[in-house]
Amino acid sequence: QVSTAAAAGPYPKRVKVVEVGPRDGLQNEKNVVPTPVKINLINMLSETGLQVIEATSFVSPKWVPQMADHTEVLQGIRKVPGISYPVLTPNLKGFQAAVAAGAREVSIFGAASEMFTKKNINCSIEESLERFHEVMAAARTANIPVRGYVSCVLGCPYEGKISAAKVAEVSKKMYSMGCYEISLGDTIGIGTPGSMREMLTMVMKEVPVGALAVHCHDTYGQALANILVALQMGVSVVDASVAGLGGCPYAQGASGNVATEDLVYMLNGLGIHTGVDLQKLMDTGTFICNALNRRTNSKVSQASCRL
Amino acid sequence: QEPQASGLPEYVKIVEVGPRDGLQNEKVIVPTDVKIELINRLSRTGLPAIEVTSFVSSKWVPQMADHKEVMSGIERHPGVQYPVLTPNLQGFHSAIAAGATEVSVFGAASESFSKMNINCSIEESIEKFEEVAKSARNMNIPVRGYVSCALGCPYEGNIIPTKVTEVSKRLYSMGCYEISLGDTTGVGTPGSMKKLLEAVMKEIPLSALAVHCHDTYGQALANILTAIQMGVSVVDSSVSGLGGCPYAKGATGNVATEDVIYMLNGLGINTGVNLYAVMEAGNFICTALNKKTNSKVAQASFNTGTIK
Repeated sequence: QVSTAAAAGPYPKRVKVVEVGPRDGLQNEKNVVPTPVKINLINMLSETGLQVIEATSFVSPKWVPQMADHTEVLQGIRKVPGISYPVLTPNLKGFQAAVAAGAREVSIFGAASEMFTKKNINCSIEESLERFHEVMAAARTANIPVRGYVSCVLGCPYEGKISAAKVAEVSKKMYSMGCYEISLGDTIGIGTPGSMREMLTMVMKEVPVGALAVHCHDTYGQALANILVALQMGVSVVDASVAGLGGCPYAQGASGNVATEDLVYMLNGLGIHTGVDLQKLMDTGTFICNALNRRTNSKVSQASCRL
Repeated sequence: QEPQASGLPEYVKIVEVGPRDGLQNEKVIVPTDVKIELINRLSRTGLPAIEVTSFVSSKWVPQMADHKEVMSGIERHPGVQYPVLTPNLQGFHSAIAAGATEVSVFGAASESFSKMNINCSIEESIEKFEEVAKSARNMNIPVRGYVSCALGCPYEGNIIPTKVTEVSKRLYSMGCYEISLGDTTGVGTPGSMKKLLEAVMKEIPLSALAVHCHDTYGQALANILTAIQMGVSVVDSSVSGLGGCPYAKGATGNVATEDVIYMLNGLGINTGVNLYAVMEAGNFICTALNKKTNSKVAQASFNTGTIK
């Protein structure tokens, strides 16, 4: 009575790795990183084979001091042809500033939790989606692709359990308004392969799997197992952060983003093509960890340097 | 969650190796009474099997020098197995004399590893184990077999699944009731785990297989998930992820029991183990060792003050 169907795959032949270290990673690091270091980090990442590197966030520096230098960063980096450098834009004002600074792709952040939305951006889910309509309209006119994120897909630091139906509803709305891809975020890393499967089953009823990505946090050590299940269900876009940059703001001292090195190691072992050079990635991780004066969160990096 | 609907086992047996494999790979020598206290705490968590110690010469493994005292000092809870390592007949007799009721033997799928680790070839080690297995059979003592380097060797690199199958088959044929396949350096991935299990499953019944994954490259839970999806229902792990990797300085070793249970709970798989109780036992030993836990679940739970 044991089905080996899930384990047999098939796995996608290629996976697109979306590198969120320079934005999501650094945003959740305590030390403010100087602009030249940010630029060098992104330039080094551009040499690894990564096709998408989230560069910065056009949000008010009052809220996110780490991203205050967004314009300088976006204008200072080497933009390698074939690589996309999306930036976060929480509203129309941020979008306009981003485009003026040269942005060619933007991201918007929704959530599957009312309380999280209230605490995070001080409005309801519905109100946040209305703000996004403005951004979508402007983006469409400017021919700028928009990536949508849904936070708290497997649990919320305030509400606890989140229904898969709610995640599907918000995802559908963001997809319908024109986001080319929806990245489903396990914001506090609380999900397991069980809840990942349940959530994806519901979301895949509303959004085609080719337009889905997973953004797993490793706070409870579950990220790679969760990603594995997502791959088994047909997801072929995975977000990760070099060196596992970015702690979890909801659990002091706990880890956050899954490390890109560890993800690529697993994908390599599965024979899945990513185009990413693991050694160059590890070197980039070493660079930013030295600059931040911290140890890497990547186990592959920890293991490899000493062998 | 309905594990059966997704083809997963309903129940997974967790074999806790912290007091032996874990402590053996910790730098700090742990006092006997601390070892006994750790094992007693683990006995109260619902864990069905706890590897207690190793009857190996204290010259080779100083951490396990107090094997007799530990074996005779621990509480023996009904329904809990307390296996001990016995590398040869001498160790076996010593273990029985100290009250052991289950033993383990450690083979390897790599000649180089066998030579470096126990100074003999795989064939020579099998001969020693056969002596143990014979005596064990006469005394009605169950024997568990381990195969190290199942997914890679620190000296030889790649290890072919047929070699692992060959060694597993020898151990199983001599009477080992269970074969634990060890990814000794944690280099395995879901890809190599699947290939390995497909090969071994042709010769060894699924119900007699266990996986012993190291988290040195962060792959352990993904590898364990793959194994469970293929029907394996016995998983080794170490409380707090005790035990570094002796082949990669500073790198992690054993997968943390807390993190495994968290995943199995989320999959709706029964283990009989109380996660919170394991975290408390982990907290105890980490305090005694003056070190931070390697369990992410424990880190997150103690930091948020919430336990899931």
